Amino acid sequence: MPPTEEELAQLAELARRLRLRTMEMIRRARSSHVGSCFSMAELMAALYGGGILRIDPEDPGNPGRDRFILSKGHACAIYYAMLAERGFFPEDWLERFYSDGGELAGHATHKGVPGVEVSTGSLGHGLPIGCGMALAAKRSGMPYRTIVLLGDGECDEGTIWESALIAAQHRLDNLTVIVDFNKIQSLGHVREVLDLGDLAGKWQRFGWETREVDGHDLGQILDAMRSLPFEPGKPSCLVAHTVKGKGVSFMEDRLLWHYRTPAGEEYEAARIELEASA
Amino acid sequence: MRTEFIEELTRLAERDDRICLVVGDLGFGVVVDFAKRFPDRFLNVGIAEQAMTGLAAGWALSGKVVFTYSIANFPTLRCLEQIRNDACYHGANVKIVAVGGGFAYGALGATHHATEDLAVLRAMPGMRVVAPGDTVEARLATRAVADLPGPCYLRIGRAGEPTVHDAEPEFRIGRAITVREGTDVAILSTGGMLKTAVDAAELLGADGISARVVSMHTLHPIDEGAILRASAETGAVLTLEEHSIVGGLGGAVAEVLAESASGVPFRRLGTPPRFAPRVGSQEFMLRQSGLTPPAVAEAARGLLLRHAALGPLMTVPEG
Repeated sequence: MPPTEEELAQLAELARRLRLRTMEMIRRARSSHVGSCFSMAELMAALYGGGILRIDPEDPGNPGRDRFILSKGHACAIYYAMLAERGFFPEDWLERFYSDGGELAGHATHKGVPGVEVSTGSLGHGLPIGCGMALAAKRSGMPYRTIVLLGDGECDEGTIWESALIAAQHRLDNLTVIVDFNKIQSLGHVREVLDLGDLAGKWQRFGWETREVDGHDLGQILDAMRSLPFEPGKPSCLVAHTVKGKGVSFMEDRLLWHYRTPAGEEYEAARIELEASA
Repeated sequence: MRTEFIEELTRLAERDDRICLVVGDLGFGVVVDFAKRFPDRFLNVGIAEQAMTGLAAGWALSGKVVFTYSIANFPTLRCLEQIRNDACYHGANVKIVAVGGGFAYGALGATHHATEDLAVLRAMPGMRVVAPGDTVEARLATRAVADLPGPCYLRIGRAGEPTVHDAEPEFRIGRAITVREGTDVAILSTGGMLKTAVDAAELLGADGISARVVSMHTLHPIDEGAILRASAETGAVLTLEEHSIVGGLGGAVAEVLAESASGVPFRRLGTPPRFAPRVGSQEFMLRQSGLTPPAVAEAARGLLLRHAALGPLMTVPEG
């Protein structure tokens, strides 16, 4: 069933709220990766707000839960914001993000944080673990799904392609990769650093049934996510074309905002822009 | 030891359906029976040790006890960060098994010499590092790591190791086994060097020197009590390992002795921390490194001479 206008509006509002909260967390923490968070706001909203992930904040360790792994662990601020929104832990944890002795570290950390499946931060670790979780489900007849969100720069890592082969070989159709293809990595544009070329084509030829969406179009995202697996017997890959820093005009597609902390007038300008987008 | 490991693992898997085995496309003639008998608990990931280890962690986090298996440095150094972050940090029930620790693949060249693994793995938080001393210990160690929750590293030999224990000793991870009592010098051995230690002790016995032999099958957590007893009761300590003298058993024992301020004469026997200039069979490599019974006995005699020389210096002059 296609998403209703009302549902889309609610999720857009959720994505906007996540961006505001994330930016506030990063400002307070004087940390970075705001651009990496903003590119995946709609993806997070759809996964956690659109009923894609079957999870229960009251029972985060339920063996039948869907597994979500944020493999691009540096974009944890928006992930934490989403988990707090869903009630996995108190909202005030967000205020101590990245601070001395705070609950929430600067890369996705499972220790003591309900809802975070695995700790990531060193890139290329999430997909092998996800393969193990998906394999476990297959071998034990459990119906849960495993969804791994990758960054595009992360696709430079060899483990991604080792895992891509393994998942296809063992027909892990309960495994989904989402690539946040925001086209910028640590030191420059992806095409200049290490060109991924036809990324969707690569996944397809590695044996994954692959679809491409506009990663900020909630209708397209939900439509794709609701038709998982894309083909029985094959793992699914959703390449989401996104814009780094999406939502704030002066952050969009700018490498600077991989690192820069929004503060002062810049923060105010960004906040006004995000609030006006309601 | 390879045979004892896989036989024991297969036996355990019959009783415990949590036991799984993941291999990195190695184990020809070793893992086939397990794969046939437990197809749902076996996976050959291909030549992809990093993915093997991450996958094992993911599988283990779903309630399984997952053994990873490969040779030499492939299941350890090649995928060290997966071991650290995915297995150790998550406390995942991953048991890393390396066949051919030391120079078992000596003639294959330096790439196949596993001579730093113990040092590196010993530093991983939460990791238990086990290197059984003979075929009997290999079987017991397999059982012990399967029973112990959390990540473990099991470093075993390849094939044809001598059996030292006549009967099954009590085997507990972190608890050394005294193989032979002695009062003049202690030879602390890890892994497949145990037989060499026992033979060296025999040679020393012929000279009237009473050598204790201790199988330090667990490198981490190290049995501090056994080390301190050996040092206090014999007065001279020698470590023996088919591994670099940096950071392995010698390093671990040195840490304990130094902090205890025992001041006993102490020497590490192992391989120098460099790539071997010439390679050859395991026997050749051990000979080159001075890891033979006569060389070990000679080192012990040298240590005792130092002990004798140090004796007077350590007494406070009168007046």
